[in-house]
Amino acid sequence: MKIAMLEGLAPTSILLDEKELNSAQETLATNQLPTTRMEAWKYTRVAKLGKTKYVLSEDDTVSSIDTYKISSSATTFVFVNGHFSEELSSDEIPEGVSISPLSACMEGEIDSTNLVLEGELFNALNTAFLTDGILIDVDAKTTLEQPIQILHILKGEASLSNFKTIIHAGDFSKAEIIQGFFAEDADKAFANVTSEIRIGQNAFLTINKVQYEAENTSHISTEQVDQGKDSTFTINTITLNGGLVRNNLNIAVIGENCTTNLNGAYLLKGKQHIDNHTVVDHKVPNCNSNELYKGVIDESATAVFNGKVFVRKDAQKINAFQSNGNVLMSDNASVNSKPELEIYADDVKCSHGSTTGQLDEEAVFYLRARGLSEKSARKLMVSAFIGDVLDKIENEDVLNFTHKLLKDRFAWDFE
Amino acid sequence: MITIKNLHATINGKEILKGLNLTVNAGEIHAIMGPNGAGKSTLASVLAGREDYEVTEGTVDFDGTDLLEMDTEDRAREGLFLAFQYPVEIPGVSNINFLRTAINEIREYKGKEAMSAKEFMAMVREKSALVELDPKLASRSVNEGFSGGEKKRNEIFQMAMLEPKLSILDETDSGLDIDALRIVANGVNTLKSDKNATIIITHYQRLLDHIIPDFVHVLYDGKIVKTGPKELALELEEKGYDWIKEEMAL
Repeated sequence: MKIAMLEGLAPTSILLDEKELNSAQETLATNQLPTTRMEAWKYTRVAKLGKTKYVLSEDDTVSSIDTYKISSSATTFVFVNGHFSEELSSDEIPEGVSISPLSACMEGEIDSTNLVLEGELFNALNTAFLTDGILIDVDAKTTLEQPIQILHILKGEASLSNFKTIIHAGDFSKAEIIQGFFAEDADKAFANVTSEIRIGQNAFLTINKVQYEAENTSHISTEQVDQGKDSTFTINTITLNGGLVRNNLNIAVIGENCTTNLNGAYLLKGKQHIDNHTVVDHKVPNCNSNELYKGVIDESATAVFNGKVFVRKDAQKINAFQSNGNVLMSDNASVNSKPELEIYADDVKCSHGSTTGQLDEEAVFYLRARGLSEKSARKLMVSAFIGDVLDKIENEDVLNFTHKLLKDRFAWDFE
Repeated sequence: MITIKNLHATINGKEILKGLNLTVNAGEIHAIMGPNGAGKSTLASVLAGREDYEVTEGTVDFDGTDLLEMDTEDRAREGLFLAFQYPVEIPGVSNINFLRTAINEIREYKGKEAMSAKEFMAMVREKSALVELDPKLASRSVNEGFSGGEKKRNEIFQMAMLEPKLSILDETDSGLDIDALRIVANGVNTLKSDKNATIIITHYQRLLDHIIPDFVHVLYDGKIVKTGPKELALELEEKGYDWIKEEMAL
């Protein structure tokens, strides 16, 4: 082991594929933590992660999940520091879906991964020291009436949670997953999360992800999505708290006639650093992707957006739209935004754009000249700006919860 | 209503207003005309509280309050309205939502109860009809995608909704065709009462055929150099401003 943070950590007891475990070990043995000299990590420093002595905390319960419940009607699974909490989770699992913590899976039950382990240190760390995870298998032709909600709570000092979500959306199925990430009395804790998502033919899958950890916690997540033909995948990533947050969203569109929607809203203050790296890889023709990420950055916070869209050779008739907008609320706030398009086909419609600026002071003056207080004027404008993204969230519970967090943390009352 | 005495204002260290005096009483309409760069829009901006301008001397009494001491929003709440020369587009902020917030914040400031949604909507219908503004435009994002004429009508619509004591129309007529001009003028005339007053800042005499001013002032080099009856506007239109310069030996 070359990385100090790994010393003393017990290897995973989850029955993962042997080859993958070996591959993860190999990566850990031969790689260092990424540095800002690497293109993919140019604007995000993770050196401090390497300096923290993490523990795989055994603390696996909290007194109440009332404040973390995003949806009251969803089937709920609770994980504290990555450990499954049976008593806090729903007793009943709806028909047409099998759900199991990975710790309860037998040998061979956990499918081989589509996650890249080679050279990907955090994926390797996640695999080699996996605390637990969840396997969600939605049967073909099943429509789940209620969402499945996974609540993650980080707790204690320097806790490290390595968690994996595996979702198989069967052919012609329709399901919604809510992922909520929270922290409770957590100091310098670190959630290192991976998701492996396979979407079957003509399936509809929506993921609503709400990140609300703490100002001194770290969170790195990687979602690897394979989209089968005629499917629709939507992911809304709402990041409202967390000291260092890095989201890697990798979507491979491998079947024709797919729709992919990626929406992100991030509001930052203090010294928060939030980095959204997205990849949509159009490998086949006749697909649509829509990406909209917007951020409001206050105080000394920094945001990074790196969105990449590939349109491979022969992937004709692709419509790919990508947009990133940022509002800087203070002189010390900063953004690095890099939208990228790589197109190898010649009959496509693609666009990308990025804007970063301050609130239009002329508009603030205009509103004040009509009698609005300066605070109301700014609130209206921020609300309008971020509202573009929040409007994409169809689940009312998720939207209401988001509004509540905005009010709690930023005193932005948009409702 | 408003008494401006010896007003001096600078922007980026350059003096634009150089001792302006003006008194407007309730029930009156005043027109301020003058060549480019005379300080017409600066006057409007200073009165509305635009922070780019610094008042270096003088006083403005607005119905017993010291206007210059107040923030922009408090000036509006006290009943000052500025129809912008260039109304701002604000994507995503709905016209009527923001007006409702404005009206209720003004009411709160005055210690009055909030307006009910029903009452508000009835008012929107009535006042948008007054300026022939499509009710659909009233509920769209503020000025976004509006034509020039629609933007100016939206200013008068907002003025009608806010029922100010003193309205300052900053070149509201420029860029309007004759139909839009009539609509705007009709709105202003309908809203006129013996309790409110209007200052019309304009380049052109044309608007004053439709809104008859009680006084016409000539603003030149940061001061009001001549005041006359409505006929003065015609004379200015015909002869330009040079004769005033000569007459005043400026």
